[in-house]
Amino acid sequence: MAAAAHKIDALGQFELASVFGPVGASVRFTQSNLLMLLAGALILALLYFGMRAKAIVPGRLQSMAEMSYDFIHGMCVDQIGEEGKRFFPFVFTLFFFILMGNLLGLLPFSFTYTSHIAVTFALALLVIVIVTVVALRIHGLHFFSYFFPDGAPKLLAPLIIPVEIISYLSRPVSLSIRLFANMVAGHVMFEVFAAFVVMMAGAGALGSVVAILPLGVNVVLVGFELLVACLQAYVFAILTCIYLHDAVHLH
Amino acid sequence: MDVAAAKALGAGIAVIALAGVGIGIGNIFSALVTSVARNPSARDQVFGLGILGFALTEAVALFALLIAFLILFT
Repeated sequence: MAAAAHKIDALGQFELASVFGPVGASVRFTQSNLLMLLAGALILALLYFGMRAKAIVPGRLQSMAEMSYDFIHGMCVDQIGEEGKRFFPFVFTLFFFILMGNLLGLLPFSFTYTSHIAVTFALALLVIVIVTVVALRIHGLHFFSYFFPDGAPKLLAPLIIPVEIISYLSRPVSLSIRLFANMVAGHVMFEVFAAFVVMMAGAGALGSVVAILPLGVNVVLVGFELLVACLQAYVFAILTCIYLHDAVHLH
Repeated sequence: MDVAAAKALGAGIAVIALAGVGIGIGNIFSALVTSVARNPSARDQVFGLGILGFALTEAVALFALLIAFLILFT
């Protein structure tokens, strides 16, 4: 892709293409859907095969499954409180779906489904709808006092209430754009430096020696993107927990 | 001025926001180092908060970067 006429095609890697020939094309089954299914299958396989042994001293796979369970369980209880256990399955699913998407996207010839705003915004919208429904179910109409904190001067109400409402409504936007922009920016950087390698190698013998530099940058970037992939899944999950905390406790 | 030049300029101007993000991330990690130096036993709790703040600040940089990409590639 990058070799084509020495031009940087930064966004071409995010294009959707249907898979499984004419059958896939007729139902618009793209590589994005395929990787989502793969991610779901991998998570289920980790939990199923990891916990099948049920050993008291866990093996590698079992301790991985147990650690991931413990990690999210701890996050829910720390952030939301004891009620957080009710939301554990939701946060666990969300975290691992995003984590698998980010990590699978780093494999060569793969596709990052979290690099599409449609996917991340759907996830963020799901989070925000669930948070609002939970808050309304627990607190009823008292939930709307959330938009005006206790003890604030009444005179400031016309200022505070719109600001709080706007900040509440901008949550899904910032939540989705953060994840999507992180993934897009990382993959565009890969593409740009890979294009540098091809361009320099095409410029003669000296060029192919210098081309080692952008190649090295790309190697370092893979490590950095591994960090970002885990970090963004963590941030998405922990922000979900913080929003759920607000919904359960109202400030 | 032709459109391509204006696009390049616009993308360059859009990423000026990264200056503020640089200051912000520097602040976060300086506070993180200071707090861990003062109370090393709080490291585990403070580290998570620091990483969260880093990710939230970095998101601002990515918003700017996204605008730059939109200007350049669309």
